[in-house]
Amino acid sequence: MKIAVLVKQVIGSESALEISDDNTWVKEENASFVMNPPDNYALEEALIIKEKIGEGEVVIVSQGPDRVQKVIREALAKGADRGIHIEENGHVETDPLSIAKSLVAAIKDENFDLILSGLQSDDTGMGQTGVLIGEFLGMSTATLAIETDIDKEKIRVKRELESGWFQWVTLGAPSSISIQSGINQPRYPSLKGIMGAKKKEIKVVQSHKAEKKQSMEKVFVPQTSKETEIIDTDLNSTVDRIVEILKLEVKVF
Amino acid sequence: MINILVVVEDNRGSMHRMSKEAIAGAQKIGGSITALVIGDNADTISNELSSIAIEKTLVVKHELVSSYNPDGYTEIVTQVIESTSPDMLVIGHTYQTRDFMPRVSARIDIPFIPDIIEVEQDIYTKQVLNSKLNSSVSSLSDMKILSFQSACFSAEDILTGRSSSQNFDVDLDPSIVRSISEEPFQESAAEVDLESAELIVSVGRGIEKEDNIPIAFTLAEVLGAEVSASRPVIDSGWLPSFRQIGSSGSAVSPKLYFSLGISGAIQHVVGMKGSKNIIAVNKDPDAPIFEIADYAVVGDLLEIVPKLIEALKTEKDL
Repeated sequence: MKIAVLVKQVIGSESALEISDDNTWVKEENASFVMNPPDNYALEEALIIKEKIGEGEVVIVSQGPDRVQKVIREALAKGADRGIHIEENGHVETDPLSIAKSLVAAIKDENFDLILSGLQSDDTGMGQTGVLIGEFLGMSTATLAIETDIDKEKIRVKRELESGWFQWVTLGAPSSISIQSGINQPRYPSLKGIMGAKKKEIKVVQSHKAEKKQSMEKVFVPQTSKETEIIDTDLNSTVDRIVEILKLEVKVF
Repeated sequence: MINILVVVEDNRGSMHRMSKEAIAGAQKIGGSITALVIGDNADTISNELSSIAIEKTLVVKHELVSSYNPDGYTEIVTQVIESTSPDMLVIGHTYQTRDFMPRVSARIDIPFIPDIIEVEQDIYTKQVLNSKLNSSVSSLSDMKILSFQSACFSAEDILTGRSSSQNFDVDLDPSIVRSISEEPFQESAAEVDLESAELIVSVGRGIEKEDNIPIAFTLAEVLGAEVSASRPVIDSGWLPSFRQIGSSGSAVSPKLYFSLGISGAIQHVVGMKGSKNIIAVNKDPDAPIFEIADYAVVGDLLEIVPKLIEALKTEKDL
């Protein structure tokens, strides 16, 4: 089975966020980048499926500037077989339709049996790339898979619905599936894996510039409408104040 | 006047609460509103819609979409758009929306702007970067496809009125449906009823490890509270899924929501922002949970909570 995993490099949740001078995004030079955490689960699931079937290929597909090679290499170190880096110079696209079209241009001739993606990215959070690509490539689609039952004969996934409900869905191949976080325990790369990854192929292709359909005009710090009391003092005073709040404001006893 | 199409979701026989919010949103934006209802429960739901101030309801019933599947819904919504040419399609940002609306977007090449928390003219606000910043998004196409996050609009603002429904005939080829869905089910019976709990102590990633979970239970015991958690704690297997708060868990509005080490991603916040009093403890002074907290305690919960437990025990003994 030939499996693609869509991996995005995003600004880490611990990273400092400083809004850029033109207000359209944050200053990337001060940011630290990581593999989009939901994509890490998709990668792990792809590796598990390949190991279960006993044959096949896991291909990492990532669009972005040169820096994204780091997350492709990380995925290769964990066991993926090769990477496709869709190189984006200058403006980093945030429009999901444009991104999906660019990814489709890069992978359409690969004829993947399965495309896995994280449910959404931690940066723009549009949550649609995997489904868009599925539609463009005429694949069946499913989202928020929290368990998979996939072998050569069938593609069956347990979808998470809302409020604690689930549903098993059997899909016709080929299929593009988004993976819910928490489906597995992503592995860490082994030393052998890290060494081996250096020899694995990363094919670099140019991104396809499609007509932009939606645009992030600016980012800004949310304005809170609520009056919040900030308690940022020494330990004893903090505890005293919380006791007072519980007793006098919330009246828990 | 613009034409607005609202795609209404069937939530096990009645209108999904997010669909009500989407209708309230469409009314606030202003226009001639058409609701679309699909599936076996369409008549019951169109009956609910008949007392709402909209133009009309379109009902689609077909054996291929007796229950939800993404292929059928994509085809039907596309056919309705092509036939009625709405200026705007609005929908609640539910799991089902996330499952099929991108397919519609790709098929008709119209951008789908998801997860909107605020609408101002043609500028839509959504959260980015783990809910730490907001972003203004605009659509560069004439037709807009928008999904609203919970509480972007309030279902209480729905204007009532009278409206009629009519069947919409679709042309569906059975070969388009490529997935077979089994019956939905619930995993484990909940051992606690979080939704009726008065006081809740909730733990997040900041609890650091499973060995620290008992701290939350001890605090809950002293307060007479129930214990809940955010998604990362459930995903790590430290607490069972029935304790989860958020879009994939329970929605609660207790008298006290005592949040320990929860950063406050939107998926969590939608499940607890209705709480009367929110005390949040977090090491990160920029944690988004502080924006909705009444009391923002900046500090290490592993230092604060054990001392707080002692102080509360002393207080109760007095």
